[in-house]
Amino acid sequence: MSDILIASTQKKQSPRLRGATEDTAFARALLILIAILFLLLFLFAPLAVVFVEASAKGFSAFLDTFHEADALAAIRLTLIVAAISVPANLIFGLSAAWAIAKFSFPGKSLLITLIDLPFSVSPVVSGLVYVLVFGAQGLFGKWFSAHGTQIIFAVPGIVLATIFVTFPFVARELIPLMQEQGTVEEEAALTLGASGLRTFWTVTIPNIKWGLLYGVLLCNARAMGEFGAVSVVSGHIRGLTNTIPLQVEILYNEYNSVAAFAMAVLLASLALVTLGLKTFLEWKYADALSGRSRRH
Amino acid sequence: MQTRSPVAQEDTNMKKHGFSIKIEGVAQDFGAFAALRDVSLDIKPGELVALLGPSGSGKTTLLRVIAGLNAPDRGRVLFDGEDATYLPVQDRKVGMVFQNYALFKHMTVADNIAYGLKVRPRRLRPSKAEIIARVEELLRFVQLEGLGVRFPAQLSGGQRQRVALARALAIEPRVLLLDEPFGALDARVRKDLRRWLREVHQQTGLTTIFVTHDQDEAMELADRVVVLNEGRIEQIGTPEELYDRPASPFVISFVGEAVALPVTVADGHVNFAGRELHIDTHGLRSGPAKVFFRPADIAVASKGNGEIEGRVESLRRTPAGMRATIAIEGYDQTLEIDSPVEQAASLGEKIPLSLTKARIFPADVPGFDNIADGI
Repeated sequence: MSDILIASTQKKQSPRLRGATEDTAFARALLILIAILFLLLFLFAPLAVVFVEASAKGFSAFLDTFHEADALAAIRLTLIVAAISVPANLIFGLSAAWAIAKFSFPGKSLLITLIDLPFSVSPVVSGLVYVLVFGAQGLFGKWFSAHGTQIIFAVPGIVLATIFVTFPFVARELIPLMQEQGTVEEEAALTLGASGLRTFWTVTIPNIKWGLLYGVLLCNARAMGEFGAVSVVSGHIRGLTNTIPLQVEILYNEYNSVAAFAMAVLLASLALVTLGLKTFLEWKYADALSGRSRRH
Repeated sequence: MQTRSPVAQEDTNMKKHGFSIKIEGVAQDFGAFAALRDVSLDIKPGELVALLGPSGSGKTTLLRVIAGLNAPDRGRVLFDGEDATYLPVQDRKVGMVFQNYALFKHMTVADNIAYGLKVRPRRLRPSKAEIIARVEELLRFVQLEGLGVRFPAQLSGGQRQRVALARALAIEPRVLLLDEPFGALDARVRKDLRRWLREVHQQTGLTTIFVTHDQDEAMELADRVVVLNEGRIEQIGTPEELYDRPASPFVISFVGEAVALPVTVADGHVNFAGRELHIDTHGLRSGPAKVFFRPADIAVASKGNGEIEGRVESLRRTPAGMRATIAIEGYDQTLEIDSPVEQAASLGEKIPLSLTKARIFPADVPGFDNIADGI
């Protein structure tokens, strides 16, 4: 009797046993299709347009963009801003992560919250805050202008705004990593006679190097590409306070689309290189975290 | 590993003079929590000492104070008679083996062992060739020849333990400190490593202090055992002294099994459930008290001679004989007594029992069972 019952229920079932959480082939195909279409439409197509538009009038027209003095000035300024703000955030991020992961002190959770602030505040607002603080009528603006230093509508303001916007990247990358690793390897190094600095270079840094590099990459990509905050404090003075993103906007507003897209190609390429390196690091970094990697 | 001699015998230059360690009134608080309260301890050169206690007893804190990883709030630490309380950890000549070994995971085994030599100031640093030779010697000493090129993640727990020891010995320490050295290993490897550590200690002659919560480990390995509880030393003694002359209810109940009977003391007489127990009260004041004894120290007495009356609740055959579970009037737990098959009592029978050895303490001094957090 029971044999017959089992046989009959087996017949009704589909030939392949399916897990409870496994979707039908149709649902899976649909979900994959939606994801791919979405990516094509909103990510890949715009990226392709940047490259296509930049070369719309031929390769020489594309290259001509970079002979313009203003374009070169924008590139130089972007590099200067990144060269100052990335190391600054590297040092800040490392110290903040060190403090949070390795000591306990009052106000620690407040510090962790504050580190995230630039992510939750609109970049335009952070730019405006700098104008209010350092502008000609601002809190410290008078003191600075009395001493012959201009912050707002000048390079220092752009650097400050960029530092503000990009400071969570390194710290956020390192805090969980350093918390997980604790201090025991450092303590071991100290008992073996290593100085604090030596311990830092030979034990702490090798343990966090991939995470650190990853954070620096993201920080750099954002520092070079930041528009909102920089736009507010820069004043858009051609050849002086325009970074690449600001220069793109100006060129575009002047209907000089080839030049605008040519500059945009630089930023897009930066994004692609960052993405490539990030993927490589994620692959490498998972390996390093498990402690199995060979010497790098 | 089990069959080979645990330590390579040919190494004779491993022998070093160990420091004596004196700890005077050391105390340390972490916020409101007193990790150590007025701890004093003398350790002789070359002694092998265990710090034994439940978690939160302060044993690891004491080890870290000796290592120089914690600065005590009060008190002094002396190495060979010299004040080392504020000596930086780097200058202490202390070899430390951490609980989970704390090997540098980005370095090979050989680089791990060489680390302490490589970080020395230039004028004290051995040449590259000397460092390589020393690493080879240490790898041989801990029986890991040929594994120098591996990374810590490629080793077993027991092997990592030995790398950690080789790394600590590389700096030619005068004191060897081990924090729960066998805690992370499975039972069989533990046993082998215990014997091995004992031999390492004999070969190196180092003053060695290890932390453990396992009383068997402490009793088997150590020359002397320091029993800690709630930041205080309960007793310092050889394993024999701890077993035979426990100084407090905590020690008798933490080190080995113990039964505690609630009694009252009146004018030097001990009264339990209406009968007198013949125990020397050594001047204990009158009032409630507790009698502690080991399960082995209670025996069936001849008729009419028992101080305690028990009733056989159940009987079970064991390889050695019969094990009787006995309920005692006036005591809410049962105890088990083994006896030869021929002499076994029958179920439900009332039997007289007497104590061959017991200790009595005032009732307000807590034993280990009365302490909430356990091990």
